[in-house]
Amino acid sequence: MHGREKTKEGSSLVPGCTSMEEKPGQPAPEETPSNAPPGTVGRELFGYVGIEAVLDQMRIKTMKTGFEFNIMVVGQSGLGKSTMVNTLFKSKVSRKPTGPGYEERIPQTMQLQSVTHVIVEKGVKMKLTVTDTPGFGDQINNENCWDPIVKYIKEQYEKYLREEILISRKRKIPDTRVHSCVYFVPPTGHWLRPLDLEFMRRLSKIVNVVPVIAKADTLTLEERAEFKQRIQEDLKAHGINVYPQEDLDDDSDDRLLNKKIRDKIPFAVVGADTEHQVNGKRVLGRRTKWGIIEVENPAHCEFPLLRDLLIRSHLQDLKDVTHNVHYESYRVQRLNESNQLAPSPAAGLLGKHEMESNL
Amino acid sequence: MAGPLQPGGHVAAALSQAERAGVEPSCSSARPAGERDAAGMAVAVGRPSNDDLRNLSLSGHVGFDSLPDQLVNKSTSQGFCFNILCVGETGIGKSTLMDTLFNTKFESDPATHNEPGVRLKARSYELQESNVRLKLTIVDTVGFGDQINKDDSYKPIVEYIDTQFEAYLQEELKIKRSLFNYHDTRIHACLYFIAPTGHSLKSLDLVTMKKLDSKVNIIPIIAKADTIAKNELHKFKSKIMSELVSNGVQIYQFPTDEETVAEINATMSVHLPFAVVGSTEEVKIGNKMTKARQYPWGVVQVENENHCDFVKLREMLIRVNMEDLREQTHTRHYELYRRCKLEEMGFKDTDPDSKPFSLQETYEAKRNEFLGELQKKEEEMRQMFVMRVKEKEAELKEAEKDLHEKFDHLKRTHQEEKKKVEDKKKELEEELTNFQKKKAAAQLLQSQAQQAGSQQTKKDKDKKNASFT
Repeated sequence: MHGREKTKEGSSLVPGCTSMEEKPGQPAPEETPSNAPPGTVGRELFGYVGIEAVLDQMRIKTMKTGFEFNIMVVGQSGLGKSTMVNTLFKSKVSRKPTGPGYEERIPQTMQLQSVTHVIVEKGVKMKLTVTDTPGFGDQINNENCWDPIVKYIKEQYEKYLREEILISRKRKIPDTRVHSCVYFVPPTGHWLRPLDLEFMRRLSKIVNVVPVIAKADTLTLEERAEFKQRIQEDLKAHGINVYPQEDLDDDSDDRLLNKKIRDKIPFAVVGADTEHQVNGKRVLGRRTKWGIIEVENPAHCEFPLLRDLLIRSHLQDLKDVTHNVHYESYRVQRLNESNQLAPSPAAGLLGKHEMESNL
Repeated sequence: MAGPLQPGGHVAAALSQAERAGVEPSCSSARPAGERDAAGMAVAVGRPSNDDLRNLSLSGHVGFDSLPDQLVNKSTSQGFCFNILCVGETGIGKSTLMDTLFNTKFESDPATHNEPGVRLKARSYELQESNVRLKLTIVDTVGFGDQINKDDSYKPIVEYIDTQFEAYLQEELKIKRSLFNYHDTRIHACLYFIAPTGHSLKSLDLVTMKKLDSKVNIIPIIAKADTIAKNELHKFKSKIMSELVSNGVQIYQFPTDEETVAEINATMSVHLPFAVVGSTEEVKIGNKMTKARQYPWGVVQVENENHCDFVKLREMLIRVNMEDLREQTHTRHYELYRRCKLEEMGFKDTDPDSKPFSLQETYEAKRNEFLGELQKKEEEMRQMFVMRVKEKEAELKEAEKDLHEKFDHLKRTHQEEKKKVEDKKKELEEELTNFQKKKAAAQLLQSQAQQAGSQQTKKDKDKKNASFT
């Protein structure tokens, strides 16, 4: 079990492959350089201690407890939101019956629907909640149609806050806060509409907004590029900070990576949940008379980029930004409201606060 | 502001049933048109089971199995914190053990034995191994067990632990807080060094451990274990464990709920408390240099499991359970502290029918109470002030009166004196005039007398002259 006689494998961590038994205990004289930041005392290790095993411990722990991820899709009816969610998570997350003779009714007022599923992949358990917004932007008068959404998001923050300030609180506070809001922009090819601008402006302050161009198979590549350019300019002109937010980049690596993403926002996506045969392979795609649009082909659409952003590389970051930035600013606002009557008592628990409003 | 949030377990079931039945979900959600609340969340808060949640099967590779890696990468870039508290008598080998555990040389001068009390010395170090950065803080109890009267020895230790919890609590309760880059100073593990007497625990040990067991994860170890023979060691260990159990001391339990670590933790727990030997000097054994202690009768190898339990301690403390120690500190010990502290300050959780934002209410109540007290105090002070002023005024008036009287008295005296003086003056003037009169009279007489005299002499002369003729 302790394998003291085995020589040590490379010190780099191979994700997912190391197990407890393989950790050798033989102190091979190895000097690891300590680049201690100024102010702390750095110590060189004269041999292998085994500190990096903490990463494995962490991994095991998080896999046992599982993850939660809450995503919201917003857009007008018929832009392919439900299909997109199904494509993203490769399963029938939102079941919309699509038989012939079936009509989807546009609801009179906007409602929010949340569906929760548990999906497991390679031992990683994820509780996924998808919140759909049928009826958004479908009325003739769309004034304040974002209000229910804003209210919903704030309600989730409120729920979490209340749990957090309890005296005896739970070990793991259930996280229902919306981690990312995917906004579907109709592929007009011109500009962002006032509804889009207004919505994104309001929501990017309280949640991570990821805009996508829906049904991008109606735009040619040049049209797509132009549309994207105009959207980016529009967003910048109105000061709308979509995910990944520029001011949250920690270091130069992050900035580089995020800049690449920011250049491509909004992603032009196509959703499909039926499989077709292309070149002998089964691919997800849409079959039209003039060809098959492969959803996962980067040359056809940018769906892989969206999926990578949302799931494979930035999922944890989305959750962290929601928790550390959006939730905290909500909390600040909420606690300031309750203290507005008089300054906090001198011996109080609260530290100095500044009045900050975020909306 | 809080809309009615229904525990939505049944809603999810209704939704799924409706969907299976092929009915459009939005219509079956039983919400009247025009009402704009959020749909019930499909997960009721607090229900751990996932009965109402559908398990989906994936038809392809989605990719969120990289999630643990994303999480780990984030933590790696931020670095880890680990804080160890070493409690034990002076000279029992705390610093040496730390050096041996972490394979490095922490600077420290050996402490003297004449400390007046117990104080805690904390030192932070940054260790790096491959890509993992660890901020290690080692807290030492200097002077523990050296005093003649050891009644209060445990107090500085408990105070220190509480101070770290308090600092975290303060940060958590701030309005503008930054918890994600907060340097966590809470003690994650307490290594309690038991002296190798071979008999049983000292009463100081029992008392201290009892005070610490609800605040920190205690791992008892037998220090300088090379002074105990093997057979004695076994008896010693069981004696210690039974004493701990009978006194209700809760030491840290290695977690056995996770399959990967359950086995190793279970086997290790049997060997508690670990009998360790620390050494930073290396001795050549065979053809390798190993950490060992050289005696005339042999060499005690630190990393030889037949010689001591050092390897077990290192395995348990660092390689297997470091994350669990941190988690226990946060979810159990810190929560307990927080709960006690907040209850002590008068905050309570709400009962179902009172208003939701309990903390706000209590703050308000407290603030009003405070303001009321403030006002009362102000009144008191004002009254006292008025009273004092009156007193002072009275005093001053008295003094004024006195002064006036004195003045009058003085004036009278002065006038009397003046009259006397004037009387005397008059007398003297009278005398003077009398004297003058007398003087004048006397002079007249004298001149008369002189004249008469001169006349007499003349007469005499004449007579004389006459007689001659």
